Amino acid sequence: MTTATNRLESTLAGIRMKTPVWTASGTFGFGEEFADFVDLAQLGAIVVKGTTLAPRRGNDGVRIAETPAGMLNSIGLENPGVDFFLADILPRITSYGMNLVVNISGSSAEEFGELAARLDVPGVAGIELNVSCPNVKDAGILFGTSATAVASVVRAAKDRTQKPVILKLSPNVTDIVPIAQAAENAGADALSLINTLTGMAIDIHTWRPVLGNITGGLSGPAVKPVALRLVWQTAKAVRIPVIGMGGIRTAEDAIEFFLAGASAVSVGTANFVDPTVTMKIIEGIDTYLEERGLRNIQELIGHLKT
Amino acid sequence: MTLPSYAVEAEILESKHVIPGVYQLTVAAKEIARTAQPGQFVQVLIERSFLLLRRPFGVADTDPNKGTLTMFYRLIGKGTRELSKLKAGETVNCLGPLGHGFDLDARQPLLIGGGMGLAPLILLARRFNGKAVVLMGGKNRPEVFWSELFRPLCTEVLVTTNDGSAGVKGFPTDLLPSLLEQGNHDRLFVCGPQIMMEKVSEIASRFSVPCQVSLERHMACGLGACLSCSIDTKSGKRKKVCKDGPVFWVEEVL
Repeated sequence: MTTATNRLESTLAGIRMKTPVWTASGTFGFGEEFADFVDLAQLGAIVVKGTTLAPRRGNDGVRIAETPAGMLNSIGLENPGVDFFLADILPRITSYGMNLVVNISGSSAEEFGELAARLDVPGVAGIELNVSCPNVKDAGILFGTSATAVASVVRAAKDRTQKPVILKLSPNVTDIVPIAQAAENAGADALSLINTLTGMAIDIHTWRPVLGNITGGLSGPAVKPVALRLVWQTAKAVRIPVIGMGGIRTAEDAIEFFLAGASAVSVGTANFVDPTVTMKIIEGIDTYLEERGLRNIQELIGHLKT
Repeated sequence: MTLPSYAVEAEILESKHVIPGVYQLTVAAKEIARTAQPGQFVQVLIERSFLLLRRPFGVADTDPNKGTLTMFYRLIGKGTRELSKLKAGETVNCLGPLGHGFDLDARQPLLIGGGMGLAPLILLARRFNGKAVVLMGGKNRPEVFWSELFRPLCTEVLVTTNDGSAGVKGFPTDLLPSLLEQGNHDRLFVCGPQIMMEKVSEIASRFSVPCQVSLERHMACGLGACLSCSIDTKSGKRKKVCKDGPVFWVEEVL
């Protein structure tokens, strides 16, 4: 397994990380599913699947579709609920020694606050607010596209937890900057982006949508250029750290995000393709820094020459 | 305790066109061949292709000594088309063995399969060391080519075809009640079309014979992370076909 050198060590929103490589919510289970393939403690953090107050069964019908250089999903926030997570899952997975960030989703600012309060426990390194899930009608999407709503959700969470609060931004907006700034001004400790882009696919034999939910979230290499542009625009406009994600599957992809201003990167869809991919990315970044004579990842972050 | 899974570069030893539209693929994957149990599956990645995701295939047969793994697939989409173009000597990346397979605790097992659902039953028949009976269904004579593969592994091979061109005209479920009436089977193992599994389930419960079914769903990771393959169970609890299955006790899922 990878032994990362201290070139890759850093701290983000108070979270001490061995490497700046995270795994994205909904693509890495609770980490334990990947224990055969990954030294989980080497990851900067793993972000747990979107958790809600009550359990959710998710959407019916086909939930994934492969598309050119990407995939659509419409899982619909299936999760066992926060109580089950705290009682059954968290105690089981703390032994891996990984930083656990819990992605939460609510249908009101109060629900986000309540979730943040319940998760303010040992073993949780941070909270990620999912205000931009494209696959559920009652939760998320409305908050993520409005600067005032985002601010109210961030404040609600910050009021109820001592943990770092990360706001996950939606790419499905006209201008991401005012939303990012609203989150920063409301006290968010970091931003993560991008969530999936809304998309769809149609079966021309049946004339029906491929996904049971009709539309879904696009992820994978197809979204990388869009994600990179949004990370660059956002990182320039805020002082808090940005966690960049969207189509990263190699160290080269990750380095682009660091140059664009991301303080950490998150790997998502690529975990489905190669469960060992995060380890390869960590090794690749380390080699890149070494070959360039860079002492720390900080010497890369935001150093895009324009 | 589940055994570990592996992601390995697997050399294609043979890619054989069995009948129109159906291929048999044998690869060298010794780690997977050593531990794979009947009913488990592998996730195959065709590298250097335009495809992004892996494709799940049931383990049809293994040779732990030679370290080989055999799968069958029907050409149905982009993934299988790309796979069919690969030749011996080229490689695919195989992730596995994945999921929970069949429970092998049976004295007089009856294996029931339709179409491509017969593939995972081959390794199951092999593990039963000649004591299994297989009941199979297919559209027509070419589609029951499986009978030759099962003959050396089973005490009896019963064949049905939709058009009567081989074996008995009809479906496996037409023969099943009379087989169970004789009381010769203490466990059913089923893999095939949903409608067939539902009918078998109904008949099995009528005769109170325990029955396991192997399910199929679209999936991305195969590891229990993406939640693409969630199903409802009778208890109301959601389960994942990839991790909790693909083999389930019938009363849990149908």
